[in-house]
Amino acid sequence: MLSYFQRLGATSLGMFERLGRGSVFFVNILLSIPSVIVRPRLLIAQIYFVGVLSFSLIVISGLFVGMVIALQGFYTLSDFGAEGMLGVMVAASLIRELGPVVSALLFAGRAGSALTAEIGLMKATEQLSGMEMMAVDPVARIMAPRFLAGLISMPILATLFSAVGVMGGYFIGVGLLGIDEGGYWSQMQAKIDFSQDVVNGLIKSVIFGWVVTWIAVFEGHDAIPTSEGVSRATTRTVVHSAFAILLLDFILTALMFGDI
Amino acid sequence: MHISRSIEILVGFFVALGFVAMFFLSMEVSNLSSVNGDDGYDITASFENVGSLKVRAPVAMAGVNVGRVTAINFDPETFEAVVTMSIEARYNQLPSDSNASILTAGLLGEQYVGLEPGGEEEVLEEGSELELTQSALVLEQIIGQFLFSSESEEE
Repeated sequence: MLSYFQRLGATSLGMFERLGRGSVFFVNILLSIPSVIVRPRLLIAQIYFVGVLSFSLIVISGLFVGMVIALQGFYTLSDFGAEGMLGVMVAASLIRELGPVVSALLFAGRAGSALTAEIGLMKATEQLSGMEMMAVDPVARIMAPRFLAGLISMPILATLFSAVGVMGGYFIGVGLLGIDEGGYWSQMQAKIDFSQDVVNGLIKSVIFGWVVTWIAVFEGHDAIPTSEGVSRATTRTVVHSAFAILLLDFILTALMFGDI
Repeated sequence: MHISRSIEILVGFFVALGFVAMFFLSMEVSNLSSVNGDDGYDITASFENVGSLKVRAPVAMAGVNVGRVTAINFDPETFEAVVTMSIEARYNQLPSDSNASILTAGLLGEQYVGLEPGGEEEVLEEGSELELTQSALVLEQIIGQFLFSSESEEE
């Protein structure tokens, strides 16, 4: 009986310890951000790896998600003779929810796992220790640029996802299903509010970008330096990011849109 | 680490595309292009019943949007709903005896406030109150009245 409690205690202590280490690590990253600003080339290279290489994945997914919403939405809305609202439905669901959430999930799978594996392997092959030996701070040189790159890329990717999705909905709605083109845009403009919808979606994507890159970089930094440890850390990055994104999305949605 | 010029160019394109998408979302998808900031004046009107009028509903005169509903409050003394509307500053020549009615866009559409111009020389300004108002039509009441009147005709 006592051994169960012991195991529970050990698990929770381990969780809190990781959380504490993660927070300290995050503060260290924040403190070394000035050194990244001094050397923006490091940041640009990371934006390329994290953001630009995720571009095609995000655009293609966004296009298809928008097209699917248009098809499915048309099916339901046409029962009420409200096909004109299709634009509102596509835009609202993309900008408020699917843009930030789906692109963050894809981002965690595409870029987050790569970050963890890269940093974990650097640790396993003792490149990080080597840097410390040369008095180069690995947090400032390796982690902080990757963290900042994720933070910058994520809102851009989410915005692209929403914009491409709206265009996808337009192709299906107006091109294939024959909805009035003017109605698609004008209803959308009438119903989608800039500060309520667009800005809140942007805030969501910034927060998701922060969480995903934080988890990814920390897992890499915290990985056990063996091939098994790196593979576990990569898995944890994707799983924890997905959990964190969905949980935070619920909390943020309740805070932002709860009173409507 | 050496990064080539083409990577920098691609990153530049990427960030620029992000801004283009943001611009698209704000101008084409959302209502930013039709919002003219806060440079309007507020007027109020009391209604016996506002139906399902919502804050941010449009205020229209002759079918053209001239403002938005900014607040709907209940006055506990007169038992009426006080609707505050913000009218765009460029529409500053509306007669002060204009009347306001709550209308519905289409059969099932949202409700909005329709203004009809009066004949006064004075114009509406910040804080003016519209005296003449017409409440929202509540569908159940109309159906009830219709049934009642058709029954009494048969007798």
